[in-house]
Amino acid sequence: MQKIGVFVCWCGTNIASTVDVKAVAEAAKSVPGVVFSTDYQYMCSEAGQNLIKDSVLTYGLTHVVVCSCSPRMHEATFRKAVASIGMNPYMLEVANIREQCSWVHKDKEVGTEKAIALMKAAVAKAMLNTPLTAGSTPVTKRALVIGGGIAGMQTALDIADAGFQVDIVETKPTIGGKMAQLDKTFPTLDCSSCIVTPKMVEVGQHPNITIYAYSEVTEVKGFVGQFTVTIKRKARYVDESKCTGCGACIEKCPMKKVPDEWNMNLNNRKAIYIPFAQAVPKIATIDPAYCLKLNTGKCGVCSKVCGTNAINYEAKDEYLEVGYGAIVAATGYEMIDVSKYDEYAYSNSPDVVTALEYERLMSAAGPTGGHLVRPSDGKEPKTIVFIQCVGSRETEDSCHGGKPYCSKVCCMYTAKHAILTKDHYPDTDIYVFYIDVRTPGKLFDEFYRRAVEQYNVHYIKGAVGKVTPNAETGKLDVQAADLLLMEQLQIEADMVVLAAALEPHRSARPLATMLTAPMDTNDFFTEAHAKLRPVESATAGIYLSGFCQGPKDIPETVSQAGAAAAKVIGLLSKNELVGNPCVAHSDEWMCNGCSQCENVCPYGAITYEEKEFRMPDRTTKIRRVASVNPAVCQGCGACTVTCPSGAMDLRGFTNQEIMAEVDALCL
Amino acid sequence: MSVMEKTAAARQAEWKPKIIAFCCNWCSYGGADLAGTNRLSYPANVKIIRVPCSCRVNPMFILRAFQKGADGVIVCGCHPGDCHYSTGNYHARRRMTMLFSMLSFLGVESARTRVEWVSAAEGARFKAVMDSFVEDITRLGPNERLEDLRCKEN
Repeated sequence: MQKIGVFVCWCGTNIASTVDVKAVAEAAKSVPGVVFSTDYQYMCSEAGQNLIKDSVLTYGLTHVVVCSCSPRMHEATFRKAVASIGMNPYMLEVANIREQCSWVHKDKEVGTEKAIALMKAAVAKAMLNTPLTAGSTPVTKRALVIGGGIAGMQTALDIADAGFQVDIVETKPTIGGKMAQLDKTFPTLDCSSCIVTPKMVEVGQHPNITIYAYSEVTEVKGFVGQFTVTIKRKARYVDESKCTGCGACIEKCPMKKVPDEWNMNLNNRKAIYIPFAQAVPKIATIDPAYCLKLNTGKCGVCSKVCGTNAINYEAKDEYLEVGYGAIVAATGYEMIDVSKYDEYAYSNSPDVVTALEYERLMSAAGPTGGHLVRPSDGKEPKTIVFIQCVGSRETEDSCHGGKPYCSKVCCMYTAKHAILTKDHYPDTDIYVFYIDVRTPGKLFDEFYRRAVEQYNVHYIKGAVGKVTPNAETGKLDVQAADLLLMEQLQIEADMVVLAAALEPHRSARPLATMLTAPMDTNDFFTEAHAKLRPVESATAGIYLSGFCQGPKDIPETVSQAGAAAAKVIGLLSKNELVGNPCVAHSDEWMCNGCSQCENVCPYGAITYEEKEFRMPDRTTKIRRVASVNPAVCQGCGACTVTCPSGAMDLRGFTNQEIMAEVDALCL
Repeated sequence: MSVMEKTAAARQAEWKPKIIAFCCNWCSYGGADLAGTNRLSYPANVKIIRVPCSCRVNPMFILRAFQKGADGVIVCGCHPGDCHYSTGNYHARRRMTMLFSMLSFLGVESARTRVEWVSAAEGARFKAVMDSFVEDITRLGPNERLEDLRCKEN
């Protein structure tokens, strides 16, 4: 006989202000099966949990219904509480009367009525709940980090330092990511390469880290603790085990006109290349789109000059299959394509550059050796206009279809660009057109004020309407509006720098599909909980590091990378994971062996076996029946609906339980 | 006026649509939670049943809801390609297409049933979908096609 207790939470005023919690508790008393009901201010607090535990013991409750916030929030908390006094945690149900009731219905009468209905549905389901016990699965003690930028490197280092094996998969020939392309970092102005390249070396030399550079993830199978990942190792045409990175091949390569993506295509590189001097791994790569030997069959100079015989024109893409316990997404960002912002003349003039191009122009390792000059004529710029929020913070009706969010780092790096430019050439005139200047962060506002007060950078609230290259003067005519003085401005600029919006890297969306990890409409990975689980994906075993989860600067990225690593270490330090007991099971007497369920199961959890049955007439019969492997089943329930004989059911969400909820809600 | 007619008229006057929404745990239930977190109001007639995946929704559940007096049933899942279980929403889409065409053959208006994709980040979309669904059902009035009068208390 079921004895159900109903516990109604006020959630302070979150629930109590639009739902009459006392009325809900009172209504519960008349529901068949309910022997006890009460309300309390904060059911999730220790006192609230004790109230539940004490009531279970005092009234001999067999089932508990908590009417509170979403089960995605505190179901685990309450299950743990009842488990601590020996009750099976799956005897507890949560009625979501906050997110799906009190917060969305303003009228107290309506809210109370709905809360009572939701409570009754939860009671109806709880009535049918049976004790469930979870099985366990072993954990593969190896982690995969996808992306070798600062986020991926930090996560990998932290996991590796804890003693676990980590593999980094990076699409580019070297790790380092965007941070290695930056000149200096705000607000301290320390040299970016000087802090990131030692990290790269540390990663490259760590005994627990394997780098798969110039590689991609092509397939992900399995689940938390037991992932199997296919890694495509793109053909470098250079044997990684033989190449010493001496650079002789690069020197002799006759193909000189390949745009250098490392320098944002501002100069050219060879068809065989090492992206930059401090690359890790420092191994040459042949660009198959430009190599003369690969395209025409003639040349082969690199193979002649190579002292270690590392060049192999016959190399093919290789596929590796590796098992992992946890996967970290650290795919990072890229700048949006600014060519659709035609009014800024990006496609028409080489002197209109993006912030990342400007970064390369200032870098000592950049195309100009750190000598800041105009790309068009190599002259030093006298007037520079910085345009903020290009493609960021756009509304839905904007003609460009830009990003609705703030890219977060542009205000700070523009202040940095202005200060560094003034350090190079103190007499340069710098104009910054902004919508708002956003500088929250340690020493950030002080840095911005330094640009304005000490360096005399002209910050103008307003928008640039049009940039026109002037053929006569060779300059850029910038037409802008000062929104504070309500004036039109005409500026003759030597260069225009666009603080273009940053967006998640294009590889993130296909990766999310492979990982079945949720994403938002901007292609940022969605965290499991916005406040409480910011580095985990809702998909178990998938963790998020860096920009792929939302705009971040370097220190934030590093902190998040460490946090993600801590979560991975927590997972990998377990030998076994307690699984989800809400899995499918088949009633062997009802199963007719049709194989329908086997066909729809996405995990291959269902197998058929010949089993001997003792029939009612005392004969034995061999029948072919379905059997579910509870360690592999993830509990989606596809098989339960497809089963024509009704033999398959899902524990925790049985046909009867859901029918009971339907009945209760339709009353 | 006969007793039957009187009760029917009285029912019509105090009728409020009863709507059952099946939401998958990973996307749409999260979307509904986000609508709550963002305080996006939608009609209280919508009552949500949490299922692990939209493919867990057995056509029997929907028939049962109509039998018990629901006026509309909506199934919400992850966007195609984003299913937590890879392919569940595709199964749901096919099954519901079959079921809905049968329901329409039985005379249940096609606007009373719907499949919608709502991700966990789309609180605003959840509200918009529910607003429009409730509006459709309100316009159609009470569903009497499949209701089992034996289930009625009076």
